[in-house]
Amino acid sequence: MDREFTPRITALLCKWCSYTGADLAGTSRLQYPTSIIAMKVMCSSRVDPVLLIKAFLSGSDGVLLGGCHPGDCHYEVGNYHARRRFAILKGVFDTLGLESERLKLSWISASEGPKFAQVANEYTEEIKKMGENPSKKKMFL
Amino acid sequence: MSSINLDMSAPEGTVALLRHLLGSGKVSAVLALRKSPDTGAYDIGLIADEAGLDNAAPVDPVMLANTGQILSSLTPAKKPLAVVLKPCELRGFVERVKRDQGSLENVLTISYTCGGVFPLEKVIGESFADAIPGYFKRVASGEIVEGTREACRGCERFIPSSADMTIAMAGAPGSTAGCCIYLNTDRARELAEGLEGKQSDDEFDPAMTRELAAKRTAEKEKIFSSLTPAGGGLDALIEVFGKCVGCHGCGRVCPICYCLLCDFESRSFDYDLPYFEKELAGKGALRLPPDTIFFHLGRMTHMSFSCVGCGLCSDVCPVGIPVAHIFKKVGEHTASLFDYVAGRDVEEAIPVMVFKEEEFDELG
Repeated sequence: MDREFTPRITALLCKWCSYTGADLAGTSRLQYPTSIIAMKVMCSSRVDPVLLIKAFLSGSDGVLLGGCHPGDCHYEVGNYHARRRFAILKGVFDTLGLESERLKLSWISASEGPKFAQVANEYTEEIKKMGENPSKKKMFL
Repeated sequence: MSSINLDMSAPEGTVALLRHLLGSGKVSAVLALRKSPDTGAYDIGLIADEAGLDNAAPVDPVMLANTGQILSSLTPAKKPLAVVLKPCELRGFVERVKRDQGSLENVLTISYTCGGVFPLEKVIGESFADAIPGYFKRVASGEIVEGTREACRGCERFIPSSADMTIAMAGAPGSTAGCCIYLNTDRARELAEGLEGKQSDDEFDPAMTRELAAKRTAEKEKIFSSLTPAGGGLDALIEVFGKCVGCHGCGRVCPICYCLLCDFESRSFDYDLPYFEKELAGKGALRLPPDTIFFHLGRMTHMSFSCVGCGLCSDVCPVGIPVAHIFKKVGEHTASLFDYVAGRDVEEAIPVMVFKEEEFDELG
């Protein structure tokens, strides 16, 4: 019997907005899939793209980076830098034909519990359609 | 005066220029390629007296290291220093200056329209000396010289972008008998004063190398289309980097990879047994050393937009991975996101150091 594929999505969420938004989704008892594995980081700009690559190559079906909305960064400009780095990472993936759809950037504020649940649901569905990350089975990675 | 013509070949003229600079005391030292008359071996020499220039071979088709990388440890220079660099080395140095890894202060940069260099394995060969005279002739006539490195054959940026002095060589038919030195800056004009030659007001015109540039572009496209991971996804990436032995040599020689402790060599990626056990449980077999593709992907996100295409990474790769062209291809794309050209101008900010409030709306 085939079990339904439950993706594993590594989510790196900034302490001030996205992680708090995820918390709010929880305390508001909003439903979102268990596929999201949340990790708290101090700022989206703290995330070296290398960490996202590591998650991708280690078999995460999706990798989500969450930060404050542009203009609302707790450190004023961190998310602008994160956005550029993310654009470069996507560019690298696109040029090499890697599935850049498995990488997602999302701005979720501390008050946006419903948005977090929505992003989690939609992204999980998207990844379900894509299927498992092939890197999971590659011994060469 | 914006150029000066010497009655000798471009390689000889470059040495004459260095003699003038050092002999007149206008610079205190010269950094340039040298060739031992006994063994034929090359080195990069820091030369302070004129006699040291006897062995100078500043424009020979050899790249032992990115001189831009070496220049970092010699700057900020207290006294004027003249350095002969290939255009990619100069761009490499400019990228380093932007990263506070060097300073252009007191540095006179002399560069030339470059015909490309030979792979290191050829340079150490016995018959290499014989190849040189033919090389200069072919380069002058605007040919892509057979046997030069792939990175050079497909290099379109062979015209120095910010040199104080530019010597016409590649695509300059006259360069086998005459040496034309273009003086691009006030500093260059000041230092060239007293150099015996025919002065003129001609400025460097990139149009004269248009034909060669077109040939190089065609060659680059050919090389790009033959690359295995040309948009080929994970499997293609594994195929081409599967050979990687994880020596990190490509990063060591890279002028852009300046970190004293590379993240990939830090304890962050020092794994223990539980890690391997976990990985093994999912995959059944593991390839060691780990993290080879990870290293390359990571390096691409860190520096590809600043890649100057010097080709040393391919040259030092012990297993023949075409690192340079893969990085160059990726880099052309990542740099284009910001209309950035690596090493073009020292005032041009590195893309990851600046941002615009309104950009990449499609990402978030």
